[in-house]
Amino acid sequence: MAHAEVKHDYHLVNPSPWPLLASIGLFVLAIGAVTFMKGLATEVTGDEISLFGYLGNTFFTEGKIWIMLLGFLIIAWVMFGWWGDVIKESRAGDHTPVVQIGLRYGMILFIASEVMFFVAWFWSFFELAIFHGARAGGTWDSANPLYENLSAWANWPPPGVETFDPFHLPLINTLILLLSGTTVTWAHHAIQHGDREGTRNGLVITVLLGFIFSLLQAYEYSTAGFSFSGSLYGASFFMATGFHGAHVIIGTIFLFVCLLRILGGGMSAKKHIGFEAAAWYWHFVDVVWLFLFAFVYVTPKLVLGH
Amino acid sequence: MPMDAITPADELHHEDDHKIGFIQRWFFSTNHKDIGTLYLIAAIIFGLVGTFLSGLIRMELAAPEIGPLTHFVLWGVEGATQAEKIEAAKHFYNTVITYHGLIMIFFMVMPALIGGFGNWFVPIMIGAPDMAFPRMNNISFWLLPAAFLLAVVSMLVPGGPSGNGFGGGWVLYPPLSSTTGHPGPSMDLLILSLHIAGISSILGAINFIVTILNMRAPGMTIHKMPLFVWAMLITAFLLVLSLPVLAGALTMLLTDRNFGTTFFDPAGGGDPIMFQHLFWFFGHPEVYIMILPAFGIVSHIVSTFSKKPVFGYLGMAYAMASIGFIGFIVWAHHMYTVGMNVDLKAYFVAATMIIAVPTGIKIFSWIATMWGGSIEFKVPMLWAIGFIFLFTVGGVTGVVLANAGVDHALHDTYYVVAHFHYVLSLGAVFALFAGWFYWYEKMFGIKYNGFLAGIQFWLMFIGANVVFFPQHFLGLQGMPRRYIDYADGFVLWNQVSSFGYLFILASLFFFFAVVIESVVRRRKADANPWGEYATTLEWTLPSPPPFHQFNELPKVK
Repeated sequence: MAHAEVKHDYHLVNPSPWPLLASIGLFVLAIGAVTFMKGLATEVTGDEISLFGYLGNTFFTEGKIWIMLLGFLIIAWVMFGWWGDVIKESRAGDHTPVVQIGLRYGMILFIASEVMFFVAWFWSFFELAIFHGARAGGTWDSANPLYENLSAWANWPPPGVETFDPFHLPLINTLILLLSGTTVTWAHHAIQHGDREGTRNGLVITVLLGFIFSLLQAYEYSTAGFSFSGSLYGASFFMATGFHGAHVIIGTIFLFVCLLRILGGGMSAKKHIGFEAAAWYWHFVDVVWLFLFAFVYVTPKLVLGH
Repeated sequence: MPMDAITPADELHHEDDHKIGFIQRWFFSTNHKDIGTLYLIAAIIFGLVGTFLSGLIRMELAAPEIGPLTHFVLWGVEGATQAEKIEAAKHFYNTVITYHGLIMIFFMVMPALIGGFGNWFVPIMIGAPDMAFPRMNNISFWLLPAAFLLAVVSMLVPGGPSGNGFGGGWVLYPPLSSTTGHPGPSMDLLILSLHIAGISSILGAINFIVTILNMRAPGMTIHKMPLFVWAMLITAFLLVLSLPVLAGALTMLLTDRNFGTTFFDPAGGGDPIMFQHLFWFFGHPEVYIMILPAFGIVSHIVSTFSKKPVFGYLGMAYAMASIGFIGFIVWAHHMYTVGMNVDLKAYFVAATMIIAVPTGIKIFSWIATMWGGSIEFKVPMLWAIGFIFLFTVGGVTGVVLANAGVDHALHDTYYVVAHFHYVLSLGAVFALFAGWFYWYEKMFGIKYNGFLAGIQFWLMFIGANVVFFPQHFLGLQGMPRRYIDYADGFVLWNQVSSFGYLFILASLFFFFAVVIESVVRRRKADANPWGEYATTLEWTLPSPPPFHQFNELPKVK
């Protein structure tokens, strides 16, 4: 109501350009992604004429990444501006205790949706791993053109796929992530007790461990005995561990931003929601890895005895 | 604070509503009521596109032989023969039904019920000044036009060898949706469109849950929440838990199409049925996502116009919760004919039929609410009773289809089309109009002409039944879905069905007539036009409510 005094602690946010810009950025990103993968204009070859003339050939033909890059840039700009605003509002005192509770609920729900995203990857991994025999057996007619592909189904992992030794790099990575889980908890307890130096040390180690995990994972990928395309095992492996890896990188950046904020004098013993959210996210990434380790790395090795 | 051009919070609170610039108010909005209005406007525009597409369907099916749609294809291609046009029309028909379904679900019903009415009335009903995350609320909205635009572009760019657009049905099953069926960029655009619509819905759902859990006014316990709020809470949980699974399936489809994986390609050891499982794990909760908010709206309206409190409040709330829960464990009843193990079918039959129990609780509780009440047949009540009647018809045919044995005969026939249009286009859409006319004066502060609105209801009621009831007969006679043509024996009921579409068009004409008449006349609306049984908090506010309501939180007894 105009002129009435506000007598509640909720945060009424000012009008903001970021949502609209984010939507434009995602639209550009999507068009760019499809251009990159498929192309939206035909090249000027033979009698085919590009949809958009010269411009179309520069930006809209298959493999061109410029539009996608523009989309990424807009999104990055929005993330920077939007979360920058959130930090400013927090410093201005808009994040009252009740708003803080809301932010926590929001983060928990976001992680819940992420869990369901990984359910899809585990679902496909388990279905392909467990029911390969069901698809290979049955009443296939040898005249069926797919009959020859039965060998692709008969075993899991499929023949020719050299899986990783789980008790080599994957075990080290497991230890790294578990250790990083303890260091992030150290940092969390430190900040609760106002020990900024301990927080800094804990966070630095956590970020480093996250970084090392990503490096080792990249190295492991480079030595894989299977590829993403053309191998069903490879596809499920790289999708599941790849999306996990992406989340590790996001989590590392998230923690790194918290580290920068703490070094810059931000956050306090009483109020450090951003850090808390980053720590929750980190634990979530950690738990997903444990499932990956148990079911993608260890179980096939133990059960199938390769 | 974010940009210099933007008015600081303190000033904004002390300023008159109208002093916020147009761009700031409607493009940079952080106000739940304005965002709700934007959602409603968008849903109306997208809904008209979807209605246009359904018009093409009924036009083509009005008579056997491929005719009307040949005029819509191969524009600009010189010297196209009639035979070529007929071939192109077949694919065009399939794209029309595909985009009709996707647009109506993702861009009409969901934005209107959840984004529109949810945004407008969840905060007010729980006595909150706004949503928990007002800025995130706006991205939920603005992602929708982006997703819609991608879907439209997708319809216009090359799909398969037979033409532009994706024609594989809204369920997007591979191999039709893989490069085997549609190698062109159309399907990729559609996948990304649904990804973005999904992000929009997940963010919106998180916002609703946090708002409802964290921002209820003093005294508003969970067990005192209005039923519409209950419905939105459960709907939001379904969204958060089901949409990411669809996102995963769509991503696998995308890599199958572009990066050489074979998740759904048997030639590489993959399994197309797995896509159906993942899709329907999302798809079945999705149908409850569309109907639960409708349940909430109807409960309020039935109670208001029966002049009685709603019968069995707690039963109503927990019936919705159990529908939401069971909705997650029945998905494979959409897939009885894929060659599923018979024990699995037995399970899904049993689980599916169990849903009839909480749904029955709801239907009988609405009837019990009306029982002995002094019922006033105002426009929203007409729509609500229409909803109860028609949703029950759709629910009963749903129990028929739940039987795997029966479904083997009826799968992919017009019986299924009739069933889901009775629960959606006559269920969810009727509730949508019920909500529109229940809250119109509250939202926009002007009165509408009840006589005109009544005509709209009766035209729609007659039209929708004439369109869809004969489709039960067609399905039982064996007419399959998703074909542009049919055997001569199906002529009669197809003609009747297409004739009904004219009633719906006329009804939409009256819908806009009601809106225009109310805008031109500008009769000032009362705070509470419905009387003492409209008990929720929105009726304590003026119509329209102030830009920021509840600067002092209400106390609920």
